[in-house]
Amino acid sequence: MPEQESEATMETSFQELPDAPPRRRIRFSLSGKIGIFLVLFWVLMIFIGPSISPYNEADFLDESLFIVPGGDEYPDTDYQPPSKVALLGTDYLGRDTLSRILYGARTTIGISFAATLIAYLLGVTLGIAAAVGSEWLDMCLSRFNDAFLSIPTIMMGLVVIAAVGSTIPILVIMTGFIYATSVFRVARSLGQDVMVSDFVEAAKVRGEGLWWIITREILPNIVMPLATDFGLRFVWIILFISALSFLGLGVQPPMSDWGSMVKENLGGLPYGSIAPLMPSLAIASLTISINLIVDDISAHSGGKLSNKMI
Amino acid sequence: MLFQAVFRRVLIGIVTLLVVSIIIFIGTSLLPGDVAEIILGQMATPESLAALRIKLGMDHPPHIRYLMWLGDLLTGDLGMSKAGSGAGTIGTEISVMIAPRLMNTLRLSGMVAIISIPMAMMLGLLASMYPGSRIDRIITFSTLSIISVPDFLVAMILVMIFAVQLGWLPSIAYMSGNETGWQLIRALLMPTLTLVTIVSAQIIRMTRATILNIMSSPYIEMAILKGVPRKRIILRHSLLNTIGPIVNVIALNMAWLIGGVVIVETVFAYPGLAKLMIDGVQTRDLPLVQACAMIFCATYVVLILIADMASIISNPRLRHPK
Repeated sequence: MPEQESEATMETSFQELPDAPPRRRIRFSLSGKIGIFLVLFWVLMIFIGPSISPYNEADFLDESLFIVPGGDEYPDTDYQPPSKVALLGTDYLGRDTLSRILYGARTTIGISFAATLIAYLLGVTLGIAAAVGSEWLDMCLSRFNDAFLSIPTIMMGLVVIAAVGSTIPILVIMTGFIYATSVFRVARSLGQDVMVSDFVEAAKVRGEGLWWIITREILPNIVMPLATDFGLRFVWIILFISALSFLGLGVQPPMSDWGSMVKENLGGLPYGSIAPLMPSLAIASLTISINLIVDDISAHSGGKLSNKMI
Repeated sequence: MLFQAVFRRVLIGIVTLLVVSIIIFIGTSLLPGDVAEIILGQMATPESLAALRIKLGMDHPPHIRYLMWLGDLLTGDLGMSKAGSGAGTIGTEISVMIAPRLMNTLRLSGMVAIISIPMAMMLGLLASMYPGSRIDRIITFSTLSIISVPDFLVAMILVMIFAVQLGWLPSIAYMSGNETGWQLIRALLMPTLTLVTIVSAQIIRMTRATILNIMSSPYIEMAILKGVPRKRIILRHSLLNTIGPIVNVIALNMAWLIGGVVIVETVFAYPGLAKLMIDGVQTRDLPLVQACAMIFCATYVVLILIADMASIISNPRLRHPK
């Protein structure tokens, strides 16, 4: 505090006070640590998955791989149980499940992440605009948003796909738009809370511009709750995209994606094949992990957050 | 005052439905190809198409067509489906296709509601009665896991257990329409079990959160300081105040059931409305998709409306909108 150095008394009394409140360090519980480990694992798999996978995602495994030394006939290659050849078994066409999961990580996580980013870009921009803007702007945006929120996400997705078909860009943009509505609500309510606080009032009186207030006062104050919300939203988007793929309306073959892998192999379920189970466990491991991390973080940043998210 | 507040909500509900219908209409009219082409099929010539379009009123501008569609919808005429339309024949009437499917879906969701609501509320109450105890931790953790995994995983695990390992139940719920008694129940059991698991997890979590939220309010603190036993606080002081929020929770979850139904009907090949809609999306049968989407959205809006009204009735402060 260079301005106060001239006054010795002030300096002594203020030296006790730190410049900013001490950073709260988040100590993760065991479940949070497991969550972080699994999320890091899948992030790593996005980058190196295809290069360490035992086969290509589209390879049909050769029958000769499955010949049992004593047996004399060629076995079927589809719905093979786990073995040394295929660690997690094979799918309905005799492709290696493990390899397809490793390749699919990129598609599933990539699409969901891109959609979440779009939802956030759109939702936060409009949400803050509604929070700082005029009452009229807020009214317009909020009413419009409420109308969209009143359509169940899956219905919205089905109608859009029925109308324009399903390609990856459409899937990403559509999901981004659908989830932008709920991000808008969170960002707007968080922004409004900050807007009425004394320090924003002080900044306004000081004559700071709107842009300065948004970037220096509002955004830093809402970034932490938004980050937690980002995690939850990401989970819901993964589940949404997987559900669409599962219905056969999301990622189209021959690309491997966890949701569509479940759909393809559903026929093996009555015979006890684990081929449909494995990709859904992959989804579950990712979504549960993110939830565990979010739980840990929000336990440290006050429980009030959950009220805003519903 | 109460009447006014309720009337206001109903009005908002109707406006919402209108907006939803506009969105659905715009969404589905983006597609190239129209009903005239569908009806005429192979026999379409430019002249006959133009004639039929005029007959069907399709030469009107979009907003007139929207009003006509809405009018038909309100009078129960859901239009013609593409299904079964061939050379010269007109497709099936949608209301005929929808009626039996709607019955099936209602039957399924009714069963789910009857089983899951009382069970989930009991468990939620139990968890909130002893927060932090072992039983609470078990309930919280298992419900968190259930809501954060895909719906189809829950379905598949149940199939693995009850159909594959134990062999008690069929793994698909095919119905020909003439099942009676035990056969019907058998077919319904797996989908019901799945949806009960998913929906209960949601209700349990929200019930628990609602009660714990109320438990932290000042008047409960007062009761604790007075020395009222915990059980008595929950049953006498907080339960009545939680009814509003909990009805809210239940209505929201019944609305949420719509999404779950779509997945579960697909997993078990259950011939319900959602399955019909998915088939419609896959064959790009737009009139059918429009009709199904409208039914689902209307249910959703009505349920949300019920949730809103429950909270107004239970909380007098909400009766005076700011």
